[in-house]
Amino acid sequence: MPQITYRKALNDAFAEELERDENVVLIGEEIAEYNGAYKVTEGLHARFGDRRVMDTPISEAAFCGLGIGASMLGIRPVIELMFWSFSYVAFDQLFNNAPMVRYMSGGLINVPIVVRGPANGGTNVGATHSHTPENFAAYTPGLKVVCPATAYDAKGLMKTAIRDNDPVFVMENTLLYGQKWEVPEEEYLIPLGRADVKKEGTDISLIAHGRCVITCLEAARQLKEDHDIDAEVLDLRSIRPLDQEAILKSVRKTNRAVLVEENKPFCGTAAQIAALIQEHAFDHLDAPVRRVSAYDAPQIYSKPLEDEMIPNTRRIIKTVLEVL
Amino acid sequence: MNKKTSQTTAKSAKKKSTAQSKGKLSGVNASLSRDDKIKLYRDMGRIRRFEERSLHAYQQGKIGGFLHLYIGQEAIAVATASLMGDNDHIITAYRDHGQALSVGMGMNECMAELYGKFTGCSKGKGGSMHYFAPDKNFWGGHGIVGGQTPLGTGIAFALKYKKLEGCCLCLLGDGAVNQGAFHESLNLAALWNLPVIYIIENNRYSMGTSQKRSSAGSPLARRAEGYDMAWELIDGSSVYEIREKLAPIMDRARTQPEPAVVEIQTYRYRGHSVADANHEKYRSKKEIEDYKKNHDPIMLFQRTLAEEGVLSDADIEEIDREAKKEAADSARFADESPFPPEEEIFTDVYWEVDHKTGKNEGRIFFND
Repeated sequence: MPQITYRKALNDAFAEELERDENVVLIGEEIAEYNGAYKVTEGLHARFGDRRVMDTPISEAAFCGLGIGASMLGIRPVIELMFWSFSYVAFDQLFNNAPMVRYMSGGLINVPIVVRGPANGGTNVGATHSHTPENFAAYTPGLKVVCPATAYDAKGLMKTAIRDNDPVFVMENTLLYGQKWEVPEEEYLIPLGRADVKKEGTDISLIAHGRCVITCLEAARQLKEDHDIDAEVLDLRSIRPLDQEAILKSVRKTNRAVLVEENKPFCGTAAQIAALIQEHAFDHLDAPVRRVSAYDAPQIYSKPLEDEMIPNTRRIIKTVLEVL
Repeated sequence: MNKKTSQTTAKSAKKKSTAQSKGKLSGVNASLSRDDKIKLYRDMGRIRRFEERSLHAYQQGKIGGFLHLYIGQEAIAVATASLMGDNDHIITAYRDHGQALSVGMGMNECMAELYGKFTGCSKGKGGSMHYFAPDKNFWGGHGIVGGQTPLGTGIAFALKYKKLEGCCLCLLGDGAVNQGAFHESLNLAALWNLPVIYIIENNRYSMGTSQKRSSAGSPLARRAEGYDMAWELIDGSSVYEIREKLAPIMDRARTQPEPAVVEIQTYRYRGHSVADANHEKYRSKKEIEDYKKNHDPIMLFQRTLAEEGVLSDADIEEIDREAKKEAADSARFADESPFPPEEEIFTDVYWEVDHKTGKNEGRIFFND
């Protein structure tokens, strides 16, 4: 199986969906002639032209809202945010229009849009560009949220998101764009709401999404090597819908859970997962559920401190050893 | 039509008085049949009687929440809807009852929605501010000031993308011109030559703040110049004038395509919403009375049609009686309709869930 980057996997997903469905259009800042701020859309403008791949002004509220309006008439816009942090200037459109129109119309309208882009820290760009709003989005009924960790997942989830008839927010990661994984050449789709056991284990469940899955895999390797602890790594892939059964199955097997996320801890995604575990698997727990989240302060610029601020293998291993 | 580069300015200015001149209708009004004219008149009256009845229901405690009445502005809704062809679409803000009835939504479904009943146009899930009828090219009914302006721009984008010769009428209030989303929309519409017409229904007050106290620069539509976009001012008390001036702008939007900003001067007799107890404090009773007495669109059109010999006193009385009865019947219908069943809370949230496609797995709702 060929190895391709996360970036190329997304690019292939867009090309295949643009080819398949005339109503799919890509909209965003610098995605066409510039080939994308992170080169995720490289070559697509040259191949599909102005009509299908469009550069926008720096005007998130307008182009996100435009995508929502167009989708009501059957267009399927894939809207790039250069950073998910920029969604904050389009908050009304993304969080108050996209998820509410269907409900308020009594089901007469649906909004088949994908909004996508990187949502991560760890890149030394300071607080305003480092937000991870998957918890905001998942908080909102009417929205769906996926956070792919590998190239394989990114392609399969993106293709499903584009074909989904509801608004799907896809949160990527700039630190993953250049990483390579095996991706099959033949077409495949990954359903939203299906988690993936990235590594089987028996002693403890590390439950994560996005890049934290990769950090957990490395932590699991070290735990085995240095402490003979066999950790299971469960990749949620999708936050809403959520594969609750996979979470419970893993916890019932290992009887211990550490939840790892780049969200801040207060009202972060892992808080919800912890609540579900205690509600549905309380009798299976041999230790309290613990969380390793980003530190609860605005993202710091200074690189060594930022690296400590977001979950890393040291913090994960320390927490696991406290639990076991 | 105002635009520094426009060739049509002089032509348009000459036309200004034509619409109001008696007996010599021109342009789009010349082809109106007697029945067409009566329909325009009847629909304005229906909107007013519907809203008066809804106000009564609000005062009875049958309707809660917000109720933004359109009374005084009816000519705009009927005139805009009357100009819409099959590929033309309309979207507005929360003062949406007039547009809803004008595009052909029924009083029953509209009144029942206000009552929060299952027979309402949105099954009781949207309320006064959120009426929708996509089958009639009416895309809401939006509660956040200016929030619908990017959506209207997107509707126009879809029309152009699908190569349909149509336009989107994107209505907003005078308060919405100060929202960033509106300006971002104008820029994108002009940049991409989208067939959207932003229609500012200027009723002079953004909630309780007068235009003078809220908006720099006048007229508001002139802001279009910053985006090299055409603009126009229209007297909102005259159905004929709105139709005559708007029709060619819609034609240009459809065929060029190109956007425009239109400001229609109007007035609301009631408060911002029914809950606005101060509406006689931020403006004078005299001002309100002056509009009712001298600028009321229904009264003026009634007078015009009487002079044209289209309406007799008996016709006027009969039309009003029917409108009142229709409104009363709709209130009865709403009253007698059931509330939505509790399981309706969880339908219409996700298309994929409602259609049981199986494309999504896992858990999507997180109740106890």
